[in-house]
Amino acid sequence: MAAITFDAVRKAFGGKIGFVALKCVDLAIADQEFVAIVGPSGCGKTTSLRLVAGFEFPTAGSVKVDGRRVSGPGPDRAVVFQQFALFPWKTVFDNIALGLRNKGIAKAERNSRVAKAITLMNLEGYEAAFPHQLSGGMQQRVAIARAYVLDPDVLLMDEPFGSLDAQTRTTMQEELVRLARLIPRTVLFVTHAVEEAVYLADRVAIMTRRPGRIKEVIDIRSVRVAEKWDQHERIEDVMDLESFIHWRTHIWRSLREEKSAQER
Amino acid sequence: MIVDLSRPLTRIEAAAYGTVGVLLFLGIWSLLSLSGAAPREFLPTPYQVATRFGQLLSTQFAGATLPQHLVSSIMRFAYGFLLGAAVGIPLGLLMGWFRVLDEIVSPVFDAFRFIAPIAWVPFAALWFGTGIGGPILIIFAGAFPPCLINSYRGARFVSRPLIEAAQMLGTRNLHIILEVLLPASTASIVAGLRVSAGLGWQSLIGAELIVASTGVGFMMVQAQLNIATATVMSAMVAVGIVGFLIDAGLRWIEAAVRRRGFA
Repeated sequence: MAAITFDAVRKAFGGKIGFVALKCVDLAIADQEFVAIVGPSGCGKTTSLRLVAGFEFPTAGSVKVDGRRVSGPGPDRAVVFQQFALFPWKTVFDNIALGLRNKGIAKAERNSRVAKAITLMNLEGYEAAFPHQLSGGMQQRVAIARAYVLDPDVLLMDEPFGSLDAQTRTTMQEELVRLARLIPRTVLFVTHAVEEAVYLADRVAIMTRRPGRIKEVIDIRSVRVAEKWDQHERIEDVMDLESFIHWRTHIWRSLREEKSAQER
Repeated sequence: MIVDLSRPLTRIEAAAYGTVGVLLFLGIWSLLSLSGAAPREFLPTPYQVATRFGQLLSTQFAGATLPQHLVSSIMRFAYGFLLGAAVGIPLGLLMGWFRVLDEIVSPVFDAFRFIAPIAWVPFAALWFGTGIGGPILIIFAGAFPPCLINSYRGARFVSRPLIEAAQMLGTRNLHIILEVLLPASTASIVAGLRVSAGLGWQSLIGAELIVASTGVGFMMVQAQLNIATATVMSAMVAVGIVGFLIDAGLRWIEAAVRRRGFA
C-alpha cells in the first residue's frame, strides 16, 4: 500500500531569482495507480515529483506517502532521472546493487535479486560494462533496474525517456507498460510528451503554467478498459484508435491554452 | 602551399618535433658557451655537464654520489607530498560537502596558499633544526594546497542528480562522501596531485638549499660555493629528470583512472 497525496501544496524558491513554482497543488494518487503529470515547461511538474522524492520540501501544505509526511529521500520511493544519473565509476551490476547493499542485504540474496532485475530489463551480458559504454536507452534500462530492484512502494519517473531518440523511446514505453503489468507499483510519471502520458497512465494530470496547479485530471484507465487498448500490442496501433486520438487532442488543446496564456 | 598548423600529428612526427626542440636548445646553449659570449666558468658546455653528470653517478660530491643525494631528496619529497595528500584530499572533500567547514577553513586557507613554501624556511629551521621535519614542512606547504583545491572543487561540482540518486538508494550522509564525492572527484584529485607533485618537488630543492645536509639541493649549494658550475648543472639536470618521471607516473595513473570511468 502506498498512496500519494498532495494537500494544498505551495512551493516557493528563494534567492535572487525567487519565484513561486507551485501554487496550491491538490492531487491524490491511489495505491498502484499510474499517474502522469503533463504541463508546459517550467510549470513545476518536476518540482512536484521532487517533493515526493524528498529532495525538496513544500513551503506550505503537505506531501504524504501512505499518510506520512515525506521527510527526505529513501529507497521506498525510487527515482528514475531524465539524465539517468548512473554512477560512471560503477559497473552495471554494481550500480543496480548499491541500493541493496545500503539496505544491508546479504550478498547471496543481493546477487540473485540483481540478476533478476538484469533479466527483467534485458540487460544480460552487460553486467560488467560501465555506463559510458552503453547507449542512452541501455543506460535508462539500468536506471530502471536500479529502481525496481529496491522493490519500492513508489516509482518516481522524471521525464525518463526525454533524452532518448524516438525509436528507443517507443521501445522503452512498451517495456514500461509490460513492467507495470508485471510488477504493479504506484507510479508518478512526469513528462511533456502528451502521447506518452496517454499511452502509459491510468490518469493524466494537467498542470497550469507557473505557478503550477492541477488544472484537470483525466481518467484514461476507464477509456483504456472500455476501448480495449490492451488488445493491441504495439504502441502505434493504440495511437491509431479514435479514443486515443480524442484524449490526446483534448490534453494537447488544454496545454496549448496554457502556453498561449503564458506568452501573452 | 597552405600549412595547417593545427592538424593532429602522428606519434612519429610528434617525437621528431620534440627532438628538434631538444637539439635546438642544446645547440643554442653550446653556441653561447663555445663562442665565449658567456665565460666558460659561468656557462659550461652541454658536453662538460654530461661528462660531469656521468662522473657524479659513481663518484662522491659533498659526501655522497648523485644517486645517493637523489634518493635522500626523493624520500623527503615523498613524506611531504604524501602528508599533503593525506591532509588535503580528505579536508577538501569534507569542505565540499559540509558548507560550515568550507566557511571556517576557506579564509585561512586562501591566505595560506599564497605564501611561497620557501617563506617557511626560517620556521622550518627553528622548529626542526636540521631534522627531516624542516624539509617536510616546506614540501607540505607546496604540495598541500593543490590537493585541497582539487578535491574541494571535485566534491563541490559533483552533478546534483548523482548525489540525489545515492540518497534515493539509501546512502547515508557520510557514506556519500566515500561513495559519490570521492569517486566523482578522482580525476580532479589526480590532476591536483600532478600540480602538487610539481610544486612539492620544486620547493624541496629550495628547502635543501638551506636546511638539509644531504640531497640534491644541498649538493647544489656546495657546488655553488666551489663555483663548480658543471656540478650545479648536473644536479639541475637530475632534478629535471626526476620531476619529469614523477609527473609521467602520475599521468599514467590519471589515464588509468579515466579508463575506469572516473571522468
